[in-house]
Amino acid sequence: MQGVTMEGGKEKPAYRDACGIIELNPEDLKELGIWHGTNVRVASQHGWVIVKAIKATQGPHPGLGWIPMGPWANRVIDPNTYSMGMPTFKGVPVTVEPAPDEKVLDSLAVLEEML
Amino acid sequence: MTKLITDVVCPFCGTLCDDLEVVVSDDGKELLEVNNACAIGAEKFLHSQAKDRLTRPRMRNEDGSWREVSYDEAAEFTAQMLAKSKKPLMYGWSSTNCESQVVGSHVAELVGGQLDNTATVCHGSTLIAVQDVGVPSCTLGEIKNRADMVVFWGCNPAHAHPRHMSRYSLFPRGFFTAKGHRGRTAVVVDPRPTDSANLADIYLPVEQGRDYELLSALRVAFRNEQLPDVVAGISKEKIYEVAEKMKNARFGCIFFGMGVTHSLSNNHNIDIAIQVTRDLNEFTKWSIMPMRGHYNVTGAGEVWGWQFGFPFCVDLSRGFARYNPGESSSNDLLMREEIDSVFVLGSDPGAHFPFSSVKKMNALPCVVVDPHITPSTVVADLHVPVAFVGVEVGGCAYRMDSVPIESHKVVDAPEGMLTDEEFLKLVLARVKEIKGV
Ligand code: SF4
Repeated sequence: MQGVTMEGGKEKPAYRDACGIIELNPEDLKELGIWHGTNVRVASQHGWVIVKAIKATQGPHPGLGWIPMGPWANRVIDPNTYSMGMPTFKGVPVTVEPAPDEKVLDSLAVLEEML
Repeated sequence: MTKLITDVVCPFCGTLCDDLEVVVSDDGKELLEVNNACAIGAEKFLHSQAKDRLTRPRMRNEDGSWREVSYDEAAEFTAQMLAKSKKPLMYGWSSTNCESQVVGSHVAELVGGQLDNTATVCHGSTLIAVQDVGVPSCTLGEIKNRADMVVFWGCNPAHAHPRHMSRYSLFPRGFFTAKGHRGRTAVVVDPRPTDSANLADIYLPVEQGRDYELLSALRVAFRNEQLPDVVAGISKEKIYEVAEKMKNARFGCIFFGMGVTHSLSNNHNIDIAIQVTRDLNEFTKWSIMPMRGHYNVTGAGEVWGWQFGFPFCVDLSRGFARYNPGESSSNDLLMREEIDSVFVLGSDPGAHFPFSSVKKMNALPCVVVDPHITPSTVVADLHVPVAFVGVEVGGCAYRMDSVPIESHKVVDAPEGMLTDEEFLKLVLARVKEIKGV
């Protein structure tokens, strides 16, 4: 669980395993031609990140991808606050492609990679 | 021999459960067991015991490696950085006690800081909406004792506030709610059928980002006016049914979370959710409450509320408090490159800000005060580990319903470690010297 791993130490692999994921609907997995547990490249207009695609634990929600709060999600969300102070964390259009040979980085490396 | 400490307050989420029991070793140095807490709360206590924990400040070398420094050196660096800056961003303040927040505000006043707390990426939209239209509120105790209907809108307490439902909102038997869960109707509104939705009597799978429409539709339904067949993915029959139930409740509460504050219409989603609550008060009694995340983010807003009149996004650069989210908010300030240094305490913007903001932080002098190694420390020039607030030092924190609760210390911090408040006091004293006040 996201919260537990956050408290357990964000530099640890457990945090990556909990938050470096995208939950997808089983139909969407099928359409991408991948299995639960395949790494994927998620890209938006604002950036890209490698995460592990998993079958939605709280689903189905066809057409919606869900990445838990954390540095992985934050590489693809819309930073624009539309003069509100709040970046747009939800409802950001993304594309998902299989990337089985890429690695999901831990929370420190996922930032370092792009700094 | 071990000691049992009772009535311990959990310093993780805004539920601030105050019934924890902690077993510590006789010398008060080791924390052995945590009872009554949920998994996240227990982990927070136990992680403070981690053997690989940092106990001294560390400064970044030219080549990116770290060297250990003393707390005095750390305070000196921080004070110099802040005093020299024109517009330092002083961000975080949510995982600490009100006492530290007060000292932090004094520092910010002297250095013309941009004070912002985690509401800026969380319930900031809520605070704006509340300022725009007010809020019918109540306490969690009232919900436990009186509520026969609860709505969870865009929040997932089963995961984010694990004991919220069992202590206050869904399961407990209260004074006028003797039947507990069986006497309460629970509605969950969320695009994803979450684990909270599984516990609900009625689940409304709203289309992502269409909360405003659905809330408007409820207002239409309260007045028995005509609705289109489907609104935001929900059939009109369902909407009329839920509206009728809400009108006929004895006492209800709408709890809402990131699902509404993070979607594009942000504060307007909450404006209208508050209007829905208002409408319902024509028929019966309803309240609305944000599911605040960090255990003392509410406290940061309250403390600054008394001190400056504003709960977040406080710009002190002109010697008096200005407030304009969108301008004086962390991400906008960073994006516009108006900031010349960053001080972080009690939060992790490295993990929770959009990447472009983190990149901007990386280019600036940056001090991070945090017991943990976090993504924020990746961009820090100085990392100051401190005692865990709520575990190794007590202090005041505000629950999500704005009830202040005094928390206890349960174990000693490792030898020689400072608390947030002590470190901030060192910085404050040094800033005063530099500024000659
Ligand atoms: S629900 Fe929140 S406050 Fe209560 S024990 Fe769990 S994390 Fe702590």
